[in-house]
Amino acid sequence: MMIIIGLSCEGQLYAKMEIVYVYTKKRSEFGRQCNFSDRPAELHVDILPDPSLAANFTVRDPCNVTMQCAEEMSEHEVNTERFESESRGINHVEGGWPKDLNPEDMEATIRYRKKVEKDEHYQNTIMQIAGLMEHCSKQNNATDIYQDFFDDEVEEEVVEESEEEPSAKTINVFRDPNEVKRTATSLSWHPDGNHKLAVAYSSLEFQKAPNDMSFDSYIWDIENHNKPEMTLKPVCPLVCLEYNPKDSHILVGGSYNGQIAYWDTRKGSQPVEMSTIEHSHRDPVYKVIWLQSKTGMDIFSASTDGQVLWWDIRKLSEPTERLVLDPSKKWNLDNALGAISLEFETTMPTKFMVGTEQGLVVSCNRKAKTPAEKIVCTYSGHHGPIYALQRNPFFPKNFLTVADWTARIWSEDIKESSIMWTKYHMAHLLDGCWSPVRPSVFFTVKMDGTLDVWDILFKQNDPTLSLKVCDEALYSIRVQDNGRYLGCGSQLGTTTLLEISSGLCTLQKNEKALVSEMFERETKREKILESRHREMRLKERSRSEQSREDETKDADGEESTEELVARAETEFFHMLEAEKTKERNEEKERDMEKGVCEEKDFQEEHETNGEVASFTRGEISL
Amino acid sequence: MAEVDETMKRLQNQKGVQGIIIVNAEGIPIKSTLDNASTVQYAGNIHQLLMKARGIVRDIDPQNDLTFLRIRSKKNEVMIAPDKDYFLIVIQNPTE
Repeated sequence: MMIIIGLSCEGQLYAKMEIVYVYTKKRSEFGRQCNFSDRPAELHVDILPDPSLAANFTVRDPCNVTMQCAEEMSEHEVNTERFESESRGINHVEGGWPKDLNPEDMEATIRYRKKVEKDEHYQNTIMQIAGLMEHCSKQNNATDIYQDFFDDEVEEEVVEESEEEPSAKTINVFRDPNEVKRTATSLSWHPDGNHKLAVAYSSLEFQKAPNDMSFDSYIWDIENHNKPEMTLKPVCPLVCLEYNPKDSHILVGGSYNGQIAYWDTRKGSQPVEMSTIEHSHRDPVYKVIWLQSKTGMDIFSASTDGQVLWWDIRKLSEPTERLVLDPSKKWNLDNALGAISLEFETTMPTKFMVGTEQGLVVSCNRKAKTPAEKIVCTYSGHHGPIYALQRNPFFPKNFLTVADWTARIWSEDIKESSIMWTKYHMAHLLDGCWSPVRPSVFFTVKMDGTLDVWDILFKQNDPTLSLKVCDEALYSIRVQDNGRYLGCGSQLGTTTLLEISSGLCTLQKNEKALVSEMFERETKREKILESRHREMRLKERSRSEQSREDETKDADGEESTEELVARAETEFFHMLEAEKTKERNEEKERDMEKGVCEEKDFQEEHETNGEVASFTRGEISL
Repeated sequence: MAEVDETMKRLQNQKGVQGIIIVNAEGIPIKSTLDNASTVQYAGNIHQLLMKARGIVRDIDPQNDLTFLRIRSKKNEVMIAPDKDYFLIVIQNPTE
C-alpha cells in the first residue's frame, strides 16, 4: 500500500491512497547478487490535469516583479551625544626672554636689547628687510589695491520681480534648555544689528506651573543655538520682554506677578531694579512698551487688572501715571476691562491703543485734560481677547488686531467694524504683526503651530504662505526690522528663526499706492454701511414712536430673513418630491421589463444622491 | 647701528605708518615705536602667525619660503617682513 502525496499542475496538494506496487522474492534467493535486467519504461501513474480545478483561480496578468541590480544596503542612524565646546583665546603677555633674564627688571631688558642692537648680523638683516618693507609701504601709498570698482553699478541693478513662489526657511531653532518646558511668551529683537533675540519664558496656564519650573528668560545669539548668550534671572517668570530701542543694553520685562523689572546686560543677570509690589499691577503684565521721550527711560505697561501704568525706569518704586480702562469713564476698577495688548507708534506720541480681554480695542489719548477724557473711543468686533494690536508702519491710520479665530484690519475712523478681515480659522490665532518693509504683508501664528503670511495685495481670502512650524501652539511672533527674519515662540519654549523669501520682504513697485487705495476703498465701504445702518436705526426708532403696528411690521421685517429660509426649504422639498415621483415612474417602467429587486437598488444608488436615495428607499419599504 | 636707526626713521616717516616693531626669533621685541602693551601683543601674536604661515608655504612646496606677509584689516594694514632670526612689523593706515 502506498500513499502518494503529490502536486498537481494546478498547484493543488493532494494525497491519494490508490496505487499499489507489490514486490516478492523467494527466501532461498536472499543474499544472491542482483541480476539487473533492462526493460522499457512503464507508465505507472498518469495524473491528468483537471480543468475544473482551474475555476478556483483567476489568471493574473500582468505579473509585477520588482528587481534591482544594486548592492543591498541597509540604513542606519546614529546620533551622538551633544558635545559642548567653547571657543577661547590665549593672550600672549610677555616675550620669550632668556632664562637668566628677569622680564620685570627694566635695566636687564634694556641691556639685552642694546646688546642685540650692536650685533652685526642684526643690522644686516634689518637693512635687508627694511628695504623690502619700504617698497611695500610705498606701494600702499601709491594705490589702493583693494579698491572696489563698479560699486555704483551694483546699486543700480534693478530688482527683478521674480516669479519664485513665496517661501520661508527655518534657519535655527532655539530650545528651552530647562527640563520643564515653558511657553515662549514674548520675543524682542536687539535694536542694533539684530543679532540677538531676547525671549521671555513663562507658563501662562493659571496655577499649572510646576514647582521646579525655572524663572529664567534668555537672550540668544542667533548664530549659537546650543547655549543662550545670557540669562536673565527675575524673581517671577517674565511674560513680556522688550529691548530699549535707544539703548541696546537695557531691557525691561513685565512679570507674571505684575511687577516690572529692568535689566542692564552689562551689569549681569539680576534685575537692576524692580517695581514695588504695592504699586504694580495685580495681574500678569502682558505688554510693556518703551515710550519716545527725551530721557529714553519711560515705559508703559498693561495688564488684565484693568490698569495701564506709566513708569520711569530709573524710579520703579511708583508709576508716574495711571489709567483705568473703565469704559464708563468712571475709573471704577471693578468695571475695568483687562488689557492684553498695547500699541504705541512713535510718530503719534500722544495716542495709544489698548487691546482688551473682552474683545474691545480702546483708543486713548495720553494728553487729555481730564482723566475721563483719556479714553477716546472703542472698537468692537472681536469675540475674544485681543492678543496682538499693531498699526501698519506705512499707514498708521489702519491697524491690525489678532484675536479669537480671525485677524482684522481696522481704520481709525470706522468704529463699528473692521474694514477687512480674514475668515474664521480652525485654530485660535495667538499673535500677529505687520512686516516692517511691506505695507501689505502681515504674519499671524495659530494654536496648531502654523505660521501664516498674508499679502493682502495678492490674496485676501487665504494666507499667501502657510507653514507648519511645529506641532504645539505658537504663542508669539516678532519680525526683525529688515523684514527678512522672524522669530516665533511656541508653547514648549522652542523659538524658531525663519527666513522668508525675498519676494515677501522687498517692496514691490506701486505697492504703497495700491495698499492705500485698498484701505481707502474698504474704509469707504464700511462708512457707507455704517451710515446705512444708522439710517435704518433712525427709521425704526421713528416708526416705533408712532404706533405698535409699526413694531410688528418691523418684526416682520426682521423675520424676512427667516421667511426667506423657510421659502428656501419648501423649494428644496418640492424639488425632492419631483425627483421622487420621477424615480417612481422610472421604476415602474423598469419593473415591467425585469422583475429584479436587486438591480433596482443598484440603479438607485447610482442615479440619485445619498439622501434622496434613502428617502425613496424608505418610501418603497413603507 | 646708525644706519639701522636711519632706516627706521625713514620708514616711520612714510605716510600713514602708525608703528614699527622689530622682534627677534624668540618673540622678544627689540625695538618698537609703540607702547609696551601693544608691542608685546603684536610681537607675541604675529610670531605665532608667522610660524604658521611659513609652515604652510613650505608644506605646499618645500623649496618655497615666505618672503612677506600682509594682513589687511578694516582699520589698517599690518606688514611683516620675516627673516631667519628677526622680523620687522610695520602697521600702516593705507590711503583710501
